[in-house]
Amino acid sequence: MKSKTWNEKFMQGVFFTAACASVLAVALICIFLFANGIPAMKEIGFLKFVTGERWKPGNNIYGIFPMIVGSIYVTAGAIVVGVPIGILTSVFMAMYCPKQIYKPLKSATELLAGIPSVVYGFFGLVVLVPWIREAGRGLKSMGLIRSSGNGNSILTASLLLGIMILPTVIGVTESAIRAVPKQYYEGALALGATHERSIFKVIIPAAKSGVIAGVVLGIGRAIGETMAVIMVAGNQARMPAGIMKGVRTLTANIVIEMGYAADLHREALIATGVVLFVFILIINFSVALLNRRKERE
Amino acid sequence: MNNQSTFGQKMKSYMKHPASFFTMLLVMLGALLTFTILIFLIVYILAHGVPYLKPSLFSLHYTSENASLMPALVNTVSMTLLSLIIAVPLGIFAAIFLVEYAKRGNRFMGIIRLTTETLSGIPSIVYGLFGMLFFVNTLGWGFSLLAGAFTLSIMILPLIMRTTEEALKAVPDSFREGSFGLGAGKLRTVFRIVLPSAIPGILAGVILAIGRIVGETAALMYTAGTVANIPSSVMGSGRTLAVHMYNLASEGLYMDQAYATAVVLLILVVGINALSSVIAKRLTRV
Repeated sequence: MKSKTWNEKFMQGVFFTAACASVLAVALICIFLFANGIPAMKEIGFLKFVTGERWKPGNNIYGIFPMIVGSIYVTAGAIVVGVPIGILTSVFMAMYCPKQIYKPLKSATELLAGIPSVVYGFFGLVVLVPWIREAGRGLKSMGLIRSSGNGNSILTASLLLGIMILPTVIGVTESAIRAVPKQYYEGALALGATHERSIFKVIIPAAKSGVIAGVVLGIGRAIGETMAVIMVAGNQARMPAGIMKGVRTLTANIVIEMGYAADLHREALIATGVVLFVFILIINFSVALLNRRKERE
Repeated sequence: MNNQSTFGQKMKSYMKHPASFFTMLLVMLGALLTFTILIFLIVYILAHGVPYLKPSLFSLHYTSENASLMPALVNTVSMTLLSLIIAVPLGIFAAIFLVEYAKRGNRFMGIIRLTTETLSGIPSIVYGLFGMLFFVNTLGWGFSLLAGAFTLSIMILPLIMRTTEEALKAVPDSFREGSFGLGAGKLRTVFRIVLPSAIPGILAGVILAIGRIVGETAALMYTAGTVANIPSSVMGSGRTLAVHMYNLASEGLYMDQAYATAVVLLILVVGINALSSVIAKRLTRV
């Protein structure tokens, strides 16, 4: 009998230790990133690093402002492309979709989430980049824009990321819409509103915090996306000059140069990761806040 | 909600409310766009890739002539197994603690929940950086399958924890009470009664995790490295299928092989997703 209680206690300890693993992992990630990134920021000068407009590792000039702006541009572009389509699709899934085709469509959105980012990137490379290149040439010949670019551009990256955040936006928004009590919808109908009016004037406002949480999660996914962006964005480390021009994001900066970087250059890349990490922490924190508010409602 | 009125009535109502009609069109258009993009992507890659699925692509050694994906496929399998060996027991044990042992409303629970949420939001490139700094440099493992597997196992840990938690919570309390009533201890109840009934849910989560491992690139480039052949041990560097695919596409010399590799990746991911939903469906039937 005694050995059994010892066993119980031992296993409880094991379970507890396992539960601590995630805490340990987060602590280690923070410690290692900050310990390796902050010295470089100090050496370069924090303001110079974050607001410097030139990135020239060869001349020891490390300013990541172009990459910060680049990340913000492509993320904003992804939101403009992905959020309206995502919300409309989730409205369709929750309020319009006939029962017979709901299941296949639902697994289709899950599949959209499961496709690896390299495959998206490859698709962007072989399909979207040539399209945008042709469109740019067309617009240029019509005299609408001055230079057409080569297809690797903010626009291309935004389109691709917009597609990639669709499953995130659809999933969260759909469950938020479904969580709205049915009486809201029925009440609106009883007051003479049409199906559409009830959805967009009553249900969506009621599901607002869930919808916003979906959008913020989408922002997190877009800003952290690496491989797909690298394959279509052109990656020039300078201030973006227009949506048909190339851009480099924070994530791309790390992957492209880490392979051959050394010393301060390498540390500056890790510091780039720290800046990205801080962005992500802010986004995570706001999602957590939104969820808490939703629970209170 | 669609069968409340006939088609004719609906059309009449739409004639009276053109704004509603327009909104409905917009919703349909949005949904159509989403699913068209998905179908177009899959069909495009299949159509361009399947003709290049040649036997030379599956030879056991990578050379610059055949750009074989077989070594990368083998590496993917070993990477998946290694990561699962690390992450699955850890994730399941952690979930057992959270569901079966911890007291509700415990402050420690809140901390664990917060950290797992943080982990699931961290982008893969940050995991890659951390893996490089910690496993590759600090622990001195070098670019190796093991460093890659440890990095990935941290990445999939929150996924496994969450799905296992949900599966455990879905087991009715009467099972536990019955087991206690028959004189079984807590540990015996957990392993003999609760875990077996939660297995389909856990399995569905594990399969989703496999999908993430197979598709991962950014976290592996600077942890497992990019050597194109099968390493002799877990301490050797080797690239998985997704990393292989990225290299082919970015070098631009092997576009045909890149298409074929994309097909293999896509089929793997579709298969894994289908398997997961079949298992999850079995769970809901019980």
